[in-house]
Amino acid sequence: MSEVILELKKLSTHFFTDQGEIPAVDQVSFRVHRGEVVGVVGESGSGKSVTSLSVLKLIPDPPGKIVSGSILYKGEDLAQATEKRMKNIRGNEISMIFQEPMTSLDPVFTIGNQMREAIRIHQKVSKKAANERAIEMLKLVGIPRAEDIINEYPHQLSGGMRQRVMIAMAMSSDPSLLIADEPTTALDVTIQAQILDLMKKINQEEQTSILLITHDLGVVADICDRVVVMYAGQVVEQGTTREILKDPQHPYTQGLIRSLPKLRGKEEKLYTIPGTVLRPKKDHVGCRFAPRCEFAFERCFKENPELYDLGEGRESRCFLHAEREGKRLEDATTNT
Amino acid sequence: MRQPILEVEGLKKYYPIQGGIFGKTVGEVKAVDDVSFYVREGEILGIVGESGCGKSTMGKAILRLIEPTEGEIKFEGQDITELPSEDMRKLRRDMQIIFQDPYASLNPRHTVEKIISEPLLVHGMKSKAERKKRVRELLEVVGLSAYHASRYPHQFSGGQRQRIGIARALANNPKLIICDEPVSALDVSVQSQILNLMGDLRDEFNLTYIFIAHDLSVVKHISDRVGVMYLGRMVELADKDDLYEDPKHPYTQALLSAVPEPDPDIKKERIILEGDVPSPANPPAGCAFHTRCPFAMDICSKVRPELEPAGDGRFVACHLYHGEQ
Repeated sequence: MSEVILELKKLSTHFFTDQGEIPAVDQVSFRVHRGEVVGVVGESGSGKSVTSLSVLKLIPDPPGKIVSGSILYKGEDLAQATEKRMKNIRGNEISMIFQEPMTSLDPVFTIGNQMREAIRIHQKVSKKAANERAIEMLKLVGIPRAEDIINEYPHQLSGGMRQRVMIAMAMSSDPSLLIADEPTTALDVTIQAQILDLMKKINQEEQTSILLITHDLGVVADICDRVVVMYAGQVVEQGTTREILKDPQHPYTQGLIRSLPKLRGKEEKLYTIPGTVLRPKKDHVGCRFAPRCEFAFERCFKENPELYDLGEGRESRCFLHAEREGKRLEDATTNT
Repeated sequence: MRQPILEVEGLKKYYPIQGGIFGKTVGEVKAVDDVSFYVREGEILGIVGESGCGKSTMGKAILRLIEPTEGEIKFEGQDITELPSEDMRKLRRDMQIIFQDPYASLNPRHTVEKIISEPLLVHGMKSKAERKKRVRELLEVVGLSAYHASRYPHQFSGGQRQRIGIARALANNPKLIICDEPVSALDVSVQSQILNLMGDLRDEFNLTYIFIAHDLSVVKHISDRVGVMYLGRMVELADKDDLYEDPKHPYTQALLSAVPEPDPDIKKERIILEGDVPSPANPPAGCAFHTRCPFAMDICSKVRPELEPAGDGRFVACHLYHGEQ
């Protein structure tokens, strides 16, 4: 396996609110290797966006705080890094793009103005060189008439074009890791297809690792190598895209995939997971998915399940695996 | 075959663009441009299209929540386009709408009881006890409990709020419900609950839906027939299985190929459309899609193709198919 670019080790980000302490991200661990696209999927409130913001320490404090764990970027722990160091990392080593490109671009400055600023903060180059770099980046992300577009304002561009500009800006200093938080959610399907293609191209040509936050399993199947499934602040399952989509182990992942309406084939009735996502609580006892789980048994409401290692980087947080493992051990003993 | 409950003929909605110092009309945004179709009783007609294609405007224009510029809308054989507003108000008892955003479409200062009982009162249910009973009944129907009646919208989750929106639409036993992106603000696991509920309600109360959405999988799941819109026009209309298995219009083909599917074994030939949707204020001449169409011919930039039958009860607006006949 190639070099590990990012490794989260038991990262916990909590929010301290009037309603008490909320563990929005609870002991999350996963790795991103060089050139790999890792998807973090989950529904609203699963903590996927907070995880991505925590990596760049963009969580507003107060109310949020990284309470424990480490964020290892090429071996350096960002959780301990100073704000000055973080400013150097952000946009230079790790870039981020967001869901709504209009709110990420400043409406009163031209595209060129904003891109040149970003480039000159991170690289010591002249204005002219920065301008050339900006045009080059715009061309790379497939913007036609880059020389003209650079003098236009964000409102003159369409949603897909704005997202391309954001990607161009994020890629302008050759980051090792690109964090994309729902980059195509606000876009139409035909435009989404263009942007996903562009991200694949960047990943392959520049060997940039991508951490993709999304709720859309279709997008995951299209672009990700590995998937981390989150539920109520915890990782419930991880594995390769094929394993997760074809052979999901955790009841939540299984339910999520089964409740999707399919584009092919016929189905009379959709599978449903009853109830709604519960808000994580500090002193929650039992599996967080247990109240909605059709396989839940007594133990699920009394103890917190650990992530069970299913081999080859495959993990699932469910007592069913303990049961099965127990059975397997029994089988082995009766045989010998 | 069942009777059409709604017939739409040549529906247009143009918005004027005002400019100059005297606010003269300098142009028009053709949000909905000459759309015709019908919906049979008990049927679910899905309408898909990307943002700005006019699907929501069309939904509202059918209910005359937006006054259409031109065209004829017949509900149960009666032309409602010229109906005085008072008669129209009474008729809306039979035609309801469910909106996308359950956060924005419920008054935060009213209890659920008041939200659901208001349409009952408006349409003549004077007795308070009767209304109360009906509200409890409706809450049960949409999968909530009677005790929820005294709560406020902010105390509910997104899925529950959409259930309240559905209960309100059902209050007066409508015949037709226009659903404008009813599940797009919801999470996947909640979305499937609402889709199942809507399917059940259709069977139970013999409802007719016009289901407007941008998610092709969702529309496929719930609809009987599906219409595809592009830049204010209907480009293809067919039974859902025909449309999804064998799309005729190049735009439908591109749209379907662009949907990412959650199955790593499906390898699609993806048709990547170049560029963006043109502005409806200045749509291309001829076929509006010809600027992005991989099969565009000379005629496409000159003559606008009409939505014409292409066999098996399907309609396509494309010169590729009209030449053959």
